[in-house]
Amino acid sequence: MPSIYDILDWPGTKWLFLVLGLVMPLASLLTWAERRQSAMMQDRLGPNRANIGPIKLKGILHFVADALKMIFKEDFIPGHVHKGLFALAPILALAPVLIAFCIIPFGPTIYPHAAGAPLDALELAAHPNAPQFADSIRLQMFQVDFGLIFYFAVLTLANYGGTVAGWASYNKWALLGGLRSSSQMMSYEVSMGLSLMGVFLLVGSLEPGYIVQHGWTAELFGQDRWLSPANPLNWLWLPQITALILFFTAAVAETKRAPFDIPEGEPEIIGYFVEYSGIRWGMFFLAEFIEIVFISAVITSVFFGGWQFPFLDPDGFRIGGYMTQVNGHLISTGGTVLPLPHAVVALLQFTAFGAKVVLLCWFQLLIRWTLPRFRVDQLMNLGWKALLPLSLANVMVTAAVYLAFLAFR
Amino acid sequence: MAGAHTHDEHEHDTTGPLVLSVSDKNPKVRTIQVRRPEDQDASYLTATVKGALITAKHFFRNFLLPRRGPEVLGKSGAPPEPSRVENWIETVQYPEEKVEYPERFRGLHRLTLRDDGAVRCVACMCCPTVCPAHCITIVPEESENPGIEKRPAVFEIDELRCVVCGLCVEACPCDAIRMDTGLHAKPVYERGDAIETKESLLSRGIRSTAVQGGEGADWREE
Repeated sequence: MPSIYDILDWPGTKWLFLVLGLVMPLASLLTWAERRQSAMMQDRLGPNRANIGPIKLKGILHFVADALKMIFKEDFIPGHVHKGLFALAPILALAPVLIAFCIIPFGPTIYPHAAGAPLDALELAAHPNAPQFADSIRLQMFQVDFGLIFYFAVLTLANYGGTVAGWASYNKWALLGGLRSSSQMMSYEVSMGLSLMGVFLLVGSLEPGYIVQHGWTAELFGQDRWLSPANPLNWLWLPQITALILFFTAAVAETKRAPFDIPEGEPEIIGYFVEYSGIRWGMFFLAEFIEIVFISAVITSVFFGGWQFPFLDPDGFRIGGYMTQVNGHLISTGGTVLPLPHAVVALLQFTAFGAKVVLLCWFQLLIRWTLPRFRVDQLMNLGWKALLPLSLANVMVTAAVYLAFLAFR
Repeated sequence: MAGAHTHDEHEHDTTGPLVLSVSDKNPKVRTIQVRRPEDQDASYLTATVKGALITAKHFFRNFLLPRRGPEVLGKSGAPPEPSRVENWIETVQYPEEKVEYPERFRGLHRLTLRDDGAVRCVACMCCPTVCPAHCITIVPEESENPGIEKRPAVFEIDELRCVVCGLCVEACPCDAIRMDTGLHAKPVYERGDAIETKESLLSRGIRSTAVQGGEGADWREE
């Protein structure tokens, strides 16, 4: 008989709550936020009218109106298309993004029994299988050593959505758009993966949860100089700032949005979903926005300490202190501690993750509404002549510095 | 850095582009060096940062500072000066806030009235004749007033056909039709509802101060 905690800790339940309950609404809200933000950047007001009676909320309800409109539009399939592939393509675009969220650590592991008191991190590390810790709920669906590789593998599948849509539409413009989409993805996937190699070298793991819980100083410095993973200096933006910029650029290209929106080219060069309308088009659109959230979540987890709140250790805020290793787990002890109940700590850390993701989404929208679209040759030059060599150089330099550090430590 | 490159023998003009070679047959045919932005900064990083700073400045100013009221935005003419304590949003939210229209703005028609409240129009048919859109229909009838020959029994303007050119106002010899209401044609569900009748035109009517006939209203009696 599974307990309530077993059910809550089941990946399907977590997927329902975290992806359908959090990510989908956030992505839908982004459709409104993007229009408002772009308006503000261009000295306009943006959509602020949608309302239910007197409830206006600055027009937030526009996303509900948009969704309703798309769902109730005629589900039109042109007569000449390949019906099976035409129906499959939006699913191919949307599903991988929703699956890829499995590797994202949304928050710390929650222990409901300790909600009212500070978590005994030392005891947890020493006896992780003790009966009182059986109620753990890990806010990460899929914890595997190849976490980020899984993400690369799955998100590459999303690219087939665009290509298949172009192919199935039996329309020259759509097909060309699909081909542009696959060629763009090919140019960026390589540098995207390579730019994270430096991170793998420094941390020694591909698992986002591990990166969040350890930071980069754990591998590199001696045991007495480890920083707490909650210390912002221990997050990977500091040693891997080049990788951050490279990965961000490649990731924006991956979302197929301006300045890299050559596959779609909404206003003039026609993209791969020209034959789509209604909710089928809406699925491509939603996939794009979920991808924005996903990219933000990955960058947050890898480069900005994920759910770590600055200087907030599992048992409370800590200044000073040092790290010890118990059973292979890093535990920060000593120093001046402001103890906080586990529930407060977990909530703060979960909020920190959300805030970082929202900020990065904002930044992606800022870039999208700042830059004009690149030409195809500019895009290819950027991908193959700038990003790829730079990411290779980043791997080399990181490896050299790492070796030098180990030699002189 | 336009003038930074060294002077070589092919260069003729220091301010123009760098000339790489000149054709032997026609000295006007030259090969010049083109400096594209991407050659100077292949990663576009500085340009991106510069642009993002500008857009972020606009975003935060418009996001954080209070909005300028319609009394500033609604003024006709040049846009208001940028303010330091208010944001730069130019949007006027139309039905609630309205822009102050210029004095000669041509809006919905009106028919003017005589001093006794009767319609001023004498059904001379000048306006339907001059109307390029043929949107004015007048059916004249005999006036009860012996001093006035005719008056309109029917005066209809189809606002869907009207091109708001104002020629009817120009043509009117007795200041009977005007477009100075400052109103827009109202939205309708049925095409027929867009037709302004004599009654609706008169409902917006005002007394005209113009003197009919040019020499005083009672010129016949003199």
